[in-house]
Amino acid sequence: MSDLFKPSRRAFLRGGAAVAAGSVAGAANAAGPDPLITELQDWESYLGAGVDETPYGLPIRFEQDVVRRNVEWLTASPISSINFTPIHALEGTITPQGCAFERHHSGAIELAKDDFRLMINGLVDKPLVFSYEDIERFPRENHVYFCECAANTGMEWAGAQLNGVQFTHGMIHNMEYTGVPLRTLLAEAGADMSLDKWVYVEGADASSNGRSIPMEKALDDVLVAFKANGEALRMEHGYPVRLVVPGWEGNMWVKWIRRIEVVDRAVESREETSKYTDVYEDGIARKWTWVMDAKSVITSPSPQMPIKHGAGPLVISGLAWSGHGQITRVDVSRNGGITWEKARLGKQGDTKALTRFYLDVDWDGAPMLLQARAMDETGYVQPTKDQLREKRGENAVYHNNCIQTWYVNAEGVAENVEVS
Amino acid sequence: MSKSLSQIFLPAAGGTALAAALAITIANRDYGNDKIASLEGRVAQVEANASTAMQKARDEAQRAAELQVEFEAVQAAAAATAAMGVDLTAPAPVADAGYGLGRAAHLEEIAAWDVDVLPDGRGLPEGRGDAYWGEEVFAEKCASCHGDFAEGADNWPVLAGGFDTLANEDPVKTVGSYWPHLSTAWDYIHRSMPFGEAGTLTADETYAIVAYILYSNDLVDDDFELSHENFAAFEMHNKDGFVVDDRAELEYSQWRTEPCMDNCKPEVEVTMRSVFLVDTPVEGGTESMMNPATIEGLPSFSASGAAFIPEAAPKPVKVASAQPAAAPSDAGAELVAAGARVYRKCKSCHQIGDGAQNRTGPHLNGLFGREMGSVDGFGYSRVFQSAQEEGRVWDDAELTAFLAQPKAYMNGTKMAFSGLKKAEDLDAVIAYIKSYEN
Repeated sequence: MSDLFKPSRRAFLRGGAAVAAGSVAGAANAAGPDPLITELQDWESYLGAGVDETPYGLPIRFEQDVVRRNVEWLTASPISSINFTPIHALEGTITPQGCAFERHHSGAIELAKDDFRLMINGLVDKPLVFSYEDIERFPRENHVYFCECAANTGMEWAGAQLNGVQFTHGMIHNMEYTGVPLRTLLAEAGADMSLDKWVYVEGADASSNGRSIPMEKALDDVLVAFKANGEALRMEHGYPVRLVVPGWEGNMWVKWIRRIEVVDRAVESREETSKYTDVYEDGIARKWTWVMDAKSVITSPSPQMPIKHGAGPLVISGLAWSGHGQITRVDVSRNGGITWEKARLGKQGDTKALTRFYLDVDWDGAPMLLQARAMDETGYVQPTKDQLREKRGENAVYHNNCIQTWYVNAEGVAENVEVS
Repeated sequence: MSKSLSQIFLPAAGGTALAAALAITIANRDYGNDKIASLEGRVAQVEANASTAMQKARDEAQRAAELQVEFEAVQAAAAATAAMGVDLTAPAPVADAGYGLGRAAHLEEIAAWDVDVLPDGRGLPEGRGDAYWGEEVFAEKCASCHGDFAEGADNWPVLAGGFDTLANEDPVKTVGSYWPHLSTAWDYIHRSMPFGEAGTLTADETYAIVAYILYSNDLVDDDFELSHENFAAFEMHNKDGFVVDDRAELEYSQWRTEPCMDNCKPEVEVTMRSVFLVDTPVEGGTESMMNPATIEGLPSFSASGAAFIPEAAPKPVKVASAQPAAAPSDAGAELVAAGARVYRKCKSCHQIGDGAQNRTGPHLNGLFGREMGSVDGFGYSRVFQSAQEEGRVWDDAELTAFLAQPKAYMNGTKMAFSGLKKAEDLDAVIAYIKSYEN
């Protein structure tokens, strides 16, 4: 499909699509004068809302479908479950807190700042207890990072499942965090920071989700964060304080953090043995698969974002990220991986953060098989589903970073498919 | 800057002196010696002037050169300042002596929170319990989700069985078949279970439940007693079934190569279409439908694109969407809608509507007028069995009282729900349940 302007068959397809797409009439080529312009409209005449109407704003009602959604039958109870970020309808890279996905193991709790206590104990000189105010008195940093659930795209191991990028790739968000480096708190307690030690971090909710983090990572870029996108964390994201473990699976980003223990080995808690481990085809499981490998997906067009305008200029927009660092390149294919074109990056990729990419095309109205393929600073190339299956078999659950395919038909409708 | 100055000044000044000297020599032929002397004086003066001009030009050139050096110094300083920006965004400092924040943790506080158990058994409190007692505790506290035999109800985790399934397409990962350490089970159950009442189990109860789970996996006999003394010696079935992340070796080593851009394969076909179509209503949530479409009739792709443009696909058909049997009156519609929201608290255990089945709780279709404890195939607690024998029937009064305080009103019910506190929630949920007749 690289040869868009080849005559003969291309021209034929373009003509066919214009008929199929029906009305492509926009404001610019309306048949007669547009009453929205020629007639006085209510909003041009009546008074709008006062400044005291909504002290904290929500999206306008026309955008009310841009919300997190869950798929009820995926889990036994909505209390221990997941919902999905509407990434199909978002642009840029920052995820607004309100629509950022949530995953709770025993429900989201209300923990007031006054009731917050953070203990550091174990292999430390001085076991300490911090209040929320203490946390805000340590030197802090700001960083944008993605947080992706290890199970994101997990259903797709079994083939194309749910029809929507919100559901195949929506267990991800990307926020600017403000927090204290974990190493600062470890130093404050006089922790044994030798690299064979581990840091076990635990939450205050009923699930008391706990994860073991090797000391090298704990001293590197882990943050004890208390703001996201400039605001207090939402309750569902661990208010008042959560852990941020850049580039590593979301389950390790312990919410409502209450305890940091320095230990001489991994605790091997429930969430790092029975869950968040992957059984390969030989029946042997992989543990400590923390890093989220490079991945990308086209968010529009996608099943929830059909092309409604017919043939002509089309913006193909998507997201790419890597737990190993910066995204350096994204390629897009319109024919299911036969030919690839280098996409334009919205801006230079931030390390371990979402990168927006675009391919601006003149769509000829013919069906497409859209794919995106990310590369990161290590030179790693996002694999196809077949490549992943060849390595891991099909009974894995987590860490599916395969290339996603959307079949876009001549009407502009997109569907989740698998290709040869 | 110095370069341009020297180019302008030096040749100009030199040229002026030379021209003046030449003019004076020519004039000398027609005048007397006194004139010569006078002219010689003037030549000397012009030469002196020229020399002064030369010197001035040299000075200015020198000054310009100095300014150039100064300029370069300023430019270098500016570049250094710009580079300093990197340092200005340096990581947060860590004070060598600490910040003196926080307070010392009390031993009692550490004891209360530091309860995690390591695979070698460190962290276990003293205690004991056998599988026989564990079965009783399990039935009371765990079975409503995990099943009487740890087989798992609905989507809740299966805790027993699954041996020799790990290499299958759908491995059954239970405590018995999958978990590598017994400490994980003890630790998790003690800290995070039962679901909704975490942290309430005693150490002895936890030992007993863990012993029962081992028994339900056929790993021990029913008289097996687990304690802090024999805990570390117990080896799990799948203790050697885990390896540390080896993606670097298996995958990264092969996937860090320049990817193909053109003619990467001759042809591509769609091999599978989405299993579920997902409807996303404006009011939130999702409705999944089976996708009726097949891969028949889809075009294959080559480097020049789709082989042909297929006919428009048929519209999907909705399946299994439960609707209220009788359309509620307009006045009641709002109450029923409010009840649907309240019912979210019930629906993880009680199904209602088309095709509703017994789950953790009995289905609730046609509840009103139904005898208590009368749904076929559901295993009721004793209190509901007695209610049925007494001929008690669900009506507004009974349901309101039960839902307000389930455990107090029907002492012994298995229903774990703590009750609805608000009268309007009770009214609404009852209206909602009523809207589903048999």
